[in-house]
Amino acid sequence: MTPAAGPFLEAQAPSPDAARVKGLIAHAGTRRRRLEAATGYLMILPALAVFGVFVFYPLARAIWEGFYETPPFPTEPSRFVGGHQYASVITSSAFLESLWRTVLYVVMTVPIGIVLGVALAILANRKIRGIRIYQTIFASTIATSTAVASVIFFTLLNPEVGLFSYWLGIHGGTGVLGSPTLALPAVAVVSIWQNLGFTFILFSAALLAVPEELMEAARIDGASTWLRVRQVIMPLLSPTLFFATVIGIIGAFQAFGQIDLLTKGGPANHTMVLIYYLYETAFVNDNPGIASVMSVVLFAILGILTYVQFRVVQRRVFYGN
Amino acid sequence: MGTEAYGISTGKLLAAQVELPRRHRHSVALAVKHSLRYLLLTVMAVVVLFPIYITVVNSLLSASQIAHRPPIFFPLHPDWGAYATAFREAYLGIYLRNSMIVAVGIVVGQVATALLAGYAFALVRFRLKPLLFTLTLATLMVPMEATIIPNHQTIVTFGWFNSYEALIIPFLASGIGIFLFRQVFLQLPKDLIEAARLEGYGHWRFLWKVGIPLNRPLIGAFALFSFLGAWNQYLWPLVVTQTNSVRTVQIGLDQLESVGIDHINVIFAGTVLAALPIFILLVVFQKQLVRGLGTGALKG
Repeated sequence: MTPAAGPFLEAQAPSPDAARVKGLIAHAGTRRRRLEAATGYLMILPALAVFGVFVFYPLARAIWEGFYETPPFPTEPSRFVGGHQYASVITSSAFLESLWRTVLYVVMTVPIGIVLGVALAILANRKIRGIRIYQTIFASTIATSTAVASVIFFTLLNPEVGLFSYWLGIHGGTGVLGSPTLALPAVAVVSIWQNLGFTFILFSAALLAVPEELMEAARIDGASTWLRVRQVIMPLLSPTLFFATVIGIIGAFQAFGQIDLLTKGGPANHTMVLIYYLYETAFVNDNPGIASVMSVVLFAILGILTYVQFRVVQRRVFYGN
Repeated sequence: MGTEAYGISTGKLLAAQVELPRRHRHSVALAVKHSLRYLLLTVMAVVVLFPIYITVVNSLLSASQIAHRPPIFFPLHPDWGAYATAFREAYLGIYLRNSMIVAVGIVVGQVATALLAGYAFALVRFRLKPLLFTLTLATLMVPMEATIIPNHQTIVTFGWFNSYEALIIPFLASGIGIFLFRQVFLQLPKDLIEAARLEGYGHWRFLWKVGIPLNRPLIGAFALFSFLGAWNQYLWPLVVTQTNSVRTVQIGLDQLESVGIDHINVIFAGTVLAALPIFILLVVFQKQLVRGLGTGALKG
C-alpha cells in the first residue's frame, strides 16, 4: 500500500490515490474482511487466553468441585455427592456465622468510611491558604497497602509495647486484638483508616465537578452550611456515593490481609469472616470441596454487586453526566 | 451568618449597637468561620497522619526507646540501624525486588493486552465480537478470591508454584482495562480513522502511531492503578509462594512480624520501606491519580 506522505493528521482531503485505493478495497472485499477478522481475533487472543485459563475454567471447576466431597484421607478419591454438599455447607452454623460476621464488618466499615471521606472532602474543598498540605495528608493513606496498615496497627496495638495499648490503659494480657468484643471493631478501624485516602480522593474529584456558581448561589442565598451540604452537594454526589458504597461492600467482602495479619480469625472465631474461613478451609484444613462451595457463594454475592454497579455506572456514563 | 436575608435581623441590630461598620462585623464572622475550618482541618490531619508519623519515628528509635514511657514523639538522635537490619536479616531487599519485578510485569502485560483487545473491540470488525466482549465484561464479576482454589491447582500443575510466573501470569489481562481502552478508541473521531485508512495505515500501525500516542494520559492513569493493585496484593502471593526468593514485600511484612518485640523497630522500618515506593509514585503522579478517579470506575 502507499506509504504515508507527510504528517498523518494533515491528510484531510482524499488524495487522487485514495480513489484508486478505494477501488482496490472493493475488489478485495472478502479477502480483506477475512484478514480484518483475523487481526481482531489475534488482538484479543492474549487477553482471552488469560481469562480462559485463570477466570472461566477455574470458575467452572469451583462450581463443579462443590459437588464432590473431599475424603478424610488424601489417598482416597473424592466422592460425588451432588447438591448435598452445597446444602449442608450453606446451612452449617460455621458458614452462617462467618457470613454474619462479614455483614457486621461491612456495617462497621462502609458507612463510617464514606461519611468520613465526604466530610474531609467537603472540609478541604475550599481554596484557602495551605489547603494543598491538608489535601495531601488526607490522601496519604492511599499509599499504605492492607499489609502496611495492618502491621502498623498490629504493632501499635501490641499489649506489651504498643502506643495505642498504652493510651487505652492496657498492659499485658490479650490486648484489643485478643478481645472477643473489640477485635472485629479494631480490624474495622484499621480498614477505615487505610481506605480513607481513597475515599477522600474519590469525593474530592466528585466535588470538583460541582459547578462553582451553584455553591456560590447557595452561599449568597444565605443557606447554612448544613443546608448547603444536604440540598446542593449531596444530590450531586449521589452517583459517587453509590459507587463508593458498592465498592466499599465488595472490598469488605474481600478483606483478607487485615484479618490474616491482625487476628487470624480469632479470638475464638470472632473475626472469622467468610473469606478467611474459605482460606482456612482450603489451605489450612485442606478441604477444597467445602471451600469450593464457599467460593461459589462469594462469587454469587460479589458478582451480583458488581453487575448492579456496572449497570448503574454505565447508565451514568452513556445517558447522563 | 445568613440572617441579613430577612430584613432587620438581630445581627443588624447588634451591629448598630456596637457601631461597627457592617463590613467589619462580617469579616469578624468570616474570620471565626475560617479559624474553625482550620482547627477542624488540623485536628483531622493529625488523626489521619499520626499512624504514619509514629511509624516513621519508631523506625528511627531503638526497641527500648519505643517501649519508653512517656512515649518519644521526636527522634532527636535518629538511629538508622533498623533499616540496615531490615535489609541484612529480614530479606527486605529481596522482597522489594520481587515486588518490583511482579508489579512491573503485571502493569506492562495488562497495558499491552488491554490496548490490543480494547482496540479490537472498538475498531476491528469480526463476527464473534459481541459475544467475546460480553465474556470480557463478565470477568469483572468474578472475584479472584472465588477462583483461588482451582487456580492454585493450575499453578501447581504447570510447575509454577513458588515462581514469578505464578505471581504474574494469572494477572496479565484486565477486564476493566479492556473496557476503558475500548471506550477511548470508540471516541476517536471518524475522520481521523478514515484519513488514516486512506493514507494506508493498517490496524496495527494505526494503533501504534495514533491510538496509543493520543491516549497517553489515560494509559498512564490505568498503569498507575494497575501498579497499585499489583504491589498491594496479599492473598494470592501468600497462597502460591513458599520461600523468600520469590516472596513479595506484602507477604514479607508477615515474616517481619515474627522477628519479635526485641526488634520492633525493624518491623517499623520494614513497613516504611514497603510503603515508600508507592508513596513516591503517588507524589510524582498525583495528577494522573485524580484524573483516573475522575474518569470513573477504575478501581475494579
